[in-house]
This record gives sequence, structure tokens and C-alpha cells, in this order.
Amino acid sequence: MTAMTALTALSAEAPSLVQSVDWLAIAPVVITAAVGLVVLVADLFLAERHKPVLGWISVAGLAAATATLLPLRAGDRTTFCLTGDPAACSYVADRFTLAIQFLVLAGALVTALVSVTAVRDTRMPAGEYWFLLLSSAAGAALLPASRDLATLIVALEVASLPAFALVGMRRGNRLSSEAALKFFLSSVTATAVSLMGVSFVYATTGSLHLTQVADRLEDVPGQFDTLAMAGVALTLVGFAFKTAAVPFHFWVPDTYVGAPLPIAGYLSVIGKAVGFTGLILVTVIAFPAYSDIWGPALAVLAALTMTLGNAAAVRQSADRPNSAVRLLAWSSVGQAGYLLVPIAAAAYSDRDQIGSTVAYALMYAAVNLGAFSVAALVARTKPLHRISDYRGLYAERPLAALSLAFFLLCLAGLPPGIIGLFAKVTVFRSAVDAGLGWLAVVMAINVVIALYYYLRWTALLFRTPEGAQTRTRAPWPVTAAVVLTAITAVVLSGAPEIILRVTTGSLFAQ
Amino acid sequence: MIDISPSVMQFLLAFIVVAPLLGSAAALLPAPPGLKGKSPEQAVLRHGVTVTGVILAAAIALTLGFDHDAPSRFQATTDISWIQALNVRIHLGIDGISLPLLLMTALLFFLCALYSYFKLPAGPSPKAFVALLLVLESGTLATFAVLDLLLFFLAFEMVLIPMYFLIARWGGAQRQAAAWRFILYTLLGSVVMLLGLLLIGLNSGTFDMVTLASDNGRELSHTTQLLAVLSIGLGLAVKTPMWPLHSWLPDAHTAAPTVGSVLLAGVLLKMGTYGFVRILLPATPDGMATFAPYLGAFAAVGIVYGSLACLALARKGNKGDLKRLIAYSSVGHMGFVLLGIASMTPTGVNGALFANIAHGLITGLLFFLVGALKDRYGTADLDTLAGATGAALYGRAPRFGAFLAFAAVASLGLPGLAGFWGEMLALFGAFDPAEGLSRPAFLTYMAVGAFGTLLTAAYLLIVVRRVCMGDPKAGPELAVADIQHYEFAAWTPLVALTVLAGLWPAVLLGLTDPAVQKLLAGGNS
Repeated sequence: MTAMTALTALSAEAPSLVQSVDWLAIAPVVITAAVGLVVLVADLFLAERHKPVLGWISVAGLAAATATLLPLRAGDRTTFCLTGDPAACSYVADRFTLAIQFLVLAGALVTALVSVTAVRDTRMPAGEYWFLLLSSAAGAALLPASRDLATLIVALEVASLPAFALVGMRRGNRLSSEAALKFFLSSVTATAVSLMGVSFVYATTGSLHLTQVADRLEDVPGQFDTLAMAGVALTLVGFAFKTAAVPFHFWVPDTYVGAPLPIAGYLSVIGKAVGFTGLILVTVIAFPAYSDIWGPALAVLAALTMTLGNAAAVRQSADRPNSAVRLLAWSSVGQAGYLLVPIAAAAYSDRDQIGSTVAYALMYAAVNLGAFSVAALVARTKPLHRISDYRGLYAERPLAALSLAFFLLCLAGLPPGIIGLFAKVTVFRSAVDAGLGWLAVVMAINVVIALYYYLRWTALLFRTPEGAQTRTRAPWPVTAAVVLTAITAVVLSGAPEIILRVTTGSLFAQ
Repeated sequence: MIDISPSVMQFLLAFIVVAPLLGSAAALLPAPPGLKGKSPEQAVLRHGVTVTGVILAAAIALTLGFDHDAPSRFQATTDISWIQALNVRIHLGIDGISLPLLLMTALLFFLCALYSYFKLPAGPSPKAFVALLLVLESGTLATFAVLDLLLFFLAFEMVLIPMYFLIARWGGAQRQAAAWRFILYTLLGSVVMLLGLLLIGLNSGTFDMVTLASDNGRELSHTTQLLAVLSIGLGLAVKTPMWPLHSWLPDAHTAAPTVGSVLLAGVLLKMGTYGFVRILLPATPDGMATFAPYLGAFAAVGIVYGSLACLALARKGNKGDLKRLIAYSSVGHMGFVLLGIASMTPTGVNGALFANIAHGLITGLLFFLVGALKDRYGTADLDTLAGATGAALYGRAPRFGAFLAFAAVASLGLPGLAGFWGEMLALFGAFDPAEGLSRPAFLTYMAVGAFGTLLTAAYLLIVVRRVCMGDPKAGPELAVADIQHYEFAAWTPLVALTVLAGLWPAVLLGLTDPAVQKLLAGGNS
């Protein structure tokens, strides 16, 4: 009898060991990964002349994955939770996750549109290219949802490893392979350092789940304090590398120049998103207890990143080959600095400040991918990627020139690029709110420096062209990418509320 | 004066801000059939005249419908939410302080469009010129019409890009460097200003200027007010420009096309001083009181510095450029405006607002005249113009000479013309500054400012002597055309208003005074 009651009590206490999976919540990631596999397999059976179909399958897959985000808006969902502690989940689809997943998947969609023609023109191996792009996108989409350190690192690697191969995709191009190798070696080192940090954190807390780590870091025994601190610092390194924050930025210009242009755009937006998403998750979710360490560190990092990036971008001379891509590369380093500001601010006030990072990243994603799309369009007739190639673009392709001008002014944050202006305002607001006056002033000076090179480029578009114009028909997928990003930027300028609302309230479920 | 229903007034004000933007977009499209005109150039220039004309008509209707018995109340107000996340509201409205500026802006833009219709500055296509001009108009009008700090910032920034292109594309020698200097300087100022605006907005929980004015800084700690005044004041001072932050102005004016100079002096500089009156005085009175003596000191130095620079440029053998000279005279005139604001008294602030309008009318006219002179002679270099005896405009082009002499005399502040009242009231304000401000310091500023008026008179009279007088038979044989019809049309309204404001200052002071009283009393008068 007593045995019976004990047994029933036990079965009541010990819940089922089988986790139930919320398929809808993980659909955006699963669809992307599944389509990637489909493309890889289909590549084996398709004749060479049918290979372009793979591109369209990928575009459709990414569009479908983006569409599955819609039903998820209804409310926060969690899955892969610990059976013992239902609050500790590995996958959470909250507002933060959805915003970043939208950025990643829509960004990958635009990249895919630009890639359709790039793959065809440069004769890159279609099956591999699309498989790698989709895998990387799946990893990047998984990252914001992952809420334990192991999933986080796995997602980071799934997003990065295919990217190395994509960078080296240009066959027979020495620059491309060199860029890939440089990117690979430095990235792997950073990840290794990160992993070591994670192991330290695990050693001190005994958990990988971010929320549990956060709780247990609150009262670390005295002798473990140094270990925990080192773990926190080392973990940040890997993510700072992906964000291309100084001093982990040196790989950026060479990698962007060596990579196929759509991939450079992809890295500048989605690659960066991967980095700062990871940074946000580990800092404000897992390590709030050590905000007095990572707060000042990130603030200094932000100031250095924006200053170095902008200073290098200003120095790009317009006539050198690849100067346009180099300028976009360095400017993306500068922009990464702005993205870090609200994360640093979160250390000084509360974690909801990171909404400004998300809003800024959404704006930046739309306009930076737009700029890369126009660059892809121009590169078709002028393959040297020089800034001076853009002289007189308005006379040649008025709409492309107007779009590029709008994208650049959004990046600079000056009207008529209203969304760029207000996105900057939210970042400034987070800095002022957190009492980081010095950082706000550094950023103000940087905004002025950045205006110089953005506006110099913009002004060039409207000069009278030199030499004969060689107007060719623009391939429609690239045109679609430009139009899509331009419309997004214009609509957002009229109604900034659409993305700025992520700055209100908490983005996180817990 | 006439009864216009509130909803129509509301529409008129919103129309004034938005219509130039729509007009700008329309200017880029091909002309519709029936409006093609003689050539595409002519059609688009006519489009510019039409749009600015309609805006001017709307501004006049707004003035007529404005309740002149209650100029301290915001009228024609619109208040709708735009970006909830940042708490930005599209809050528009005008009172006695902004109405004159709004009207003057609309007038100057119309005159500039009219002038360009007949005399397009050399440069690329007029299409872009008209489109940029209209964006500029929208930005400046919005600056005076909005009542939300972040919208103010947006409007403040909106003028940068069009003005940059106007200088860099349609300007004269050294235009690239001048345009860069203009935009980088002002942007640095305005980004720092943004920090101050955010500081005010975050600490008081609202970006609404009306609420901030009635709070009168009670929600803000002294330190916050100091920081806010420092950063916002810096941004506004660059724009105004206040000595020693003025160094972008002479270059920009010298390089800008005539129309650009007129608008820069007549409208864009006013955005700076307007910000001082509209934001800093009511929202951060404590901080303002702390910094007022310094502001007054810089203003006084600016008055003398501007005049001395002009004197040096006006002297024989110094190769002074007339446009540069008038730019420096602007530094002096804006010094009076800042001195009036620094006194923090109703008299001083009224004087500042009056001097604002007077400077817009008179210096706008001066830049028109000098631009026309440069077109006729091919140079604005005073030594080349004057030759051995003087340019002898009186003899060669008598009506042109008379206009120039009139503008110069108005600029030096002759009683009976607009320039007089503003500067006198500003000096009066400094004579008896607000409580808590050091009287001896302000008395000194007043004395320095009064000395500045003498210097101003000196250099302007030298200019008149060297340009208007002289022996028409000496010097190069050059047929100088007298005033053309279109020039007459563009300049006469400015002359008429200068005389009107000079003889009947009450027409302006009656509007500004109640609003200023309320502003300084913290919205509780």
C-alpha cells in the first residue's frame, strides 16, 4: 500500500521525459534548413541548364520561412524546455527572436534575389552556393531563439562555417580564397576563445541555460569569481568578432572585397546580426550580474569601433579598384559601433535599451542591402567597384541613383532619410538615458565624419557623367531587390513607428 | 482680422509645410501636357514660382485669419501622434513669435523663385534647382511651424542637404570647400543639439514645446538645464552664427548663388535665433540665466568683430568681396539679436525678434543687389568695382544705385527704417537685463554694442561711397544695365516692408510682445 502511494507520488512528480516540440515556433528555422537540404539533393539530379531552378527554390523557401513568422506574432512561444524546470528553455520565440529572425530571413531573401544573377554570371557552382547560403541563414535564424550557451555556439557555427565557403566561392580568384582563409582562421580562433569562456561559465554555474546562468552568477562563491569573470569576458570575444567590433575588425575589408558581392552584403547585414544578437543574449540575459564588467568594455569598444571604421572609410580614395566595396566595408564597421551603443547602455540602465539596437539593425539591414544591390547592378557594367564608377549614375539609371542616394542618406541619418535619422535618435536616446554622455558625444562626432563620405558618394551620383554611357538592361531579380529595399526604406521613412516600436516595452519573454 | 474657421486654418498651416515637398517631387517629373511652356527649363521654373506663390498666398491667408487679439495663444494647431515609440507628435501651430518669421520665409522664397525665373544661376539643370529650393522651403517653414522638439530637429536637418547642393552645384568659386564647410559645421552643431534636446525630453518626459514652456523648467534639475543649454545653445549658435563659431558663414555666402545667399541670410540664420527663443528661454530658464552673460559677451564681441571685419574688407586695396562683407555684417547683426536674447527681458527678446525680421528683409535685399551687381560686372571685388574713383552707380544706373544706398542705410539702422528698432530694443534690453543677471556686465555689452553701431555706419557708408558715387566717365567703359522689371518686382516688396516695419513697428511688436511676455513668464501670463 505504502509502496503504491509512493509509486503514484513518484510518477506524479517525475514528468514525462519526452519533450513536446512546438513545430510552428521552430518552423522558420526548420523550413530554411530543409529547403537547403532539398537544394543540395536536387542539385545531383538536375541537368546543368536547369540549375537556375535551384535559385528560385531557395528564394521561395526563404519567402515561405519569412511568412511563417506572421502567425508567431500572436504571442511568445517556448519549446525544448527542461522537463525538470519548464522555465529553462532552449528555444524561445519572443518579440526579440521574431524581429531578428525577420531581419535575417528577409535579408537572406534580398541576398538571394541579388545572387540569382550573380551565380549565373560568374558561373559559381549553383547547388553548393544555395545550400551554403540557406544553411548559414538557418543558423543565423536559430541564433536569436537559442537560450542556452550550447545552442548559441552551435547556431553561431552553423551561421559562420558556410559563410567561409561562400566567401571563397569565386573560382580561380586568388583574392577570394585568401579572403576566405583569413576569415576562416580568425573566426575559428575567436570561436575557440568563446568556447573556452563558455566552459568557464559552465564550470562556475553548472548550467548552460541563460536564465539559470544569470541566476547562479548572482552569487558566485568567492574563489570562483575570477573564473566567472574570465568566462564572461572570453565569451564576448567570439560575438564581438562577428559584429566586427574593433579590435576584431581587421578581417572585414579584405573579406568583403574577396567575397562575391551579394555575400559581402550578406556578411555586412546578417553576419553582423549574428554577432550582436549573440552579444545581446549573453550580456543582458545571461550575464546581467557582471554588467559592471561588460558595460564599460562594450562602451569603449563601441567608441573605438565607430571611430576607427569611419576614419578608415573617409580615407578611401574614389579611384582605387574596389573602393566602393571597401568603403561599404569600413562604413559597416562604423555602423557596428552604433549598434553596440544601446547594448552598453543596457548595462547602465535596464535591458530594454537593446530595443534601440534591434530598431537600428532593422533600418541598417534594409538600406545596406539596398546599397549592395545597387552596387551589384553597377558592377555589371563597371566591374572594378570603384566609387568613381558611380559618377553620373543619375543620367544613366535615374531610379537606381535615386535609390542609392536615399540609402546612403539613411545610413548617414540625414533627411530625406528620415528612418535613418530616427534610428540614430533612438540610439542617441539610449546613450543619454543611460548617462553615457561621453559616448553620445563621440557618436555625434562620428555621425559628422560619416556624413562626409556618404554625401561625397551621393554627390558623385548626380554629376555629369564622363565618357560614353553603356546602358544595359538590368536583370529583373536585382531590380526587384533594389525596388524592395527602396520601398521598405521609403515606407519606413513615412511611418518609422513600424520598426521603432521594438524600442518600447520588453522584447524578451522572461 | 478676418474670420477663418479653425479647421481651415489648421489645413492652411499643414498645407504650407507639406505642399513644398509635393511640389518638389512634382518638379522632378516631366511637365504635364498643357503646362509644357516654351521649354522644359521654363516650365519647371514657372512651376517653382507657382508653388512658392501658392505657399505665400496660404501664408498671407493664415496671417489674415490669425486672431491678432490673442497672439500669445497657439493657433491653427494640429496635434496627432506620429511615432509613439519616441513620443514624437506632429504638433503644428503658430503664435505671434513664429507667424512673422513664417510669413517672411514664404515671401523670400517666392521672391527668390521669381528672381530665378528670369535669372537662373549658372549650373546644372533647373529641374534639380527648383526641387531643392522647394525642399529647402519645406524645411525652413516646418522649423517655424512645429511644436515638437524632435520634429524641430528633423526640420532643422532637412535644410542641410538642399543647401549643400545649392552651394556646391550652382555656386561660384571655391564652392565645393564652402559647401562642405557649411554642412559639416552645421551638422556637428545640430547633432550636439540633438543630445541636448534628448536630455530635456527624457528628463521632463515630453518633447512637446508647449508643455515644456508651461513647465518652465520645473521638471529639470539645474545640472540638466546647464548641460541642455550648453549643447542646444552650441548647435543653435553655429547656425545663427555666433562669434567665434561663424567661420563657415563668409565662405558659404561668398560661394553661394544669389538666391542661396538671400535664403541663407534671410531665413536659415533665423532658425538658430528662433530656437533660442522658442526652446531655451522657456524650457530651461535657469540654465539660460547662467549662460546669458557669456552669450551676451560673445554677442557683443561678434558685433564689433563683424563690423571690424567689414571695415577691413571695405578699405581700399584690401580686395574685399562685397558678398563676404555682407556676410560679416550678418555676424554683427546677429550679434544684436543674441544680445537681446541674452538680456532675457521682454524688451530685449522683442528687439531680438524684430531685428531678426529686419535682418531678413534688409540683408536679403542686400544680397539680391550685390548678386545683381556681380552679374553685371562679373565680379564682386570691391577694388575692381570701384576702380580709382568709385563705381559710380548713381551716374551709370541711378535706380540701382538708389536701391543699394537704401539697403545700406537701412542696414546701418537709420531711424524710420526696420533696422533701427530691433537693435535699439536689444540695446535697451541689455541696459536693464533680467533680475539675477549682472547689470554691470550687460551695461558693458550695451556700450560695446552701441560702439558697434557706429562702426556699422562707417563701413556701410564707405561701401555706398565706393560703389554708388564716383566719376561715371572714369574707369572702364562698361554699360551697366539699370534695374530690370523682374528685379524691380523681386526687390520692391522688401523695400516696402522695410519702410513699413520702420515707420509702424507696432505691427510687429503687437504680435510678438504678448507671446514673449507669456514665454518669459513660463506660459502663465
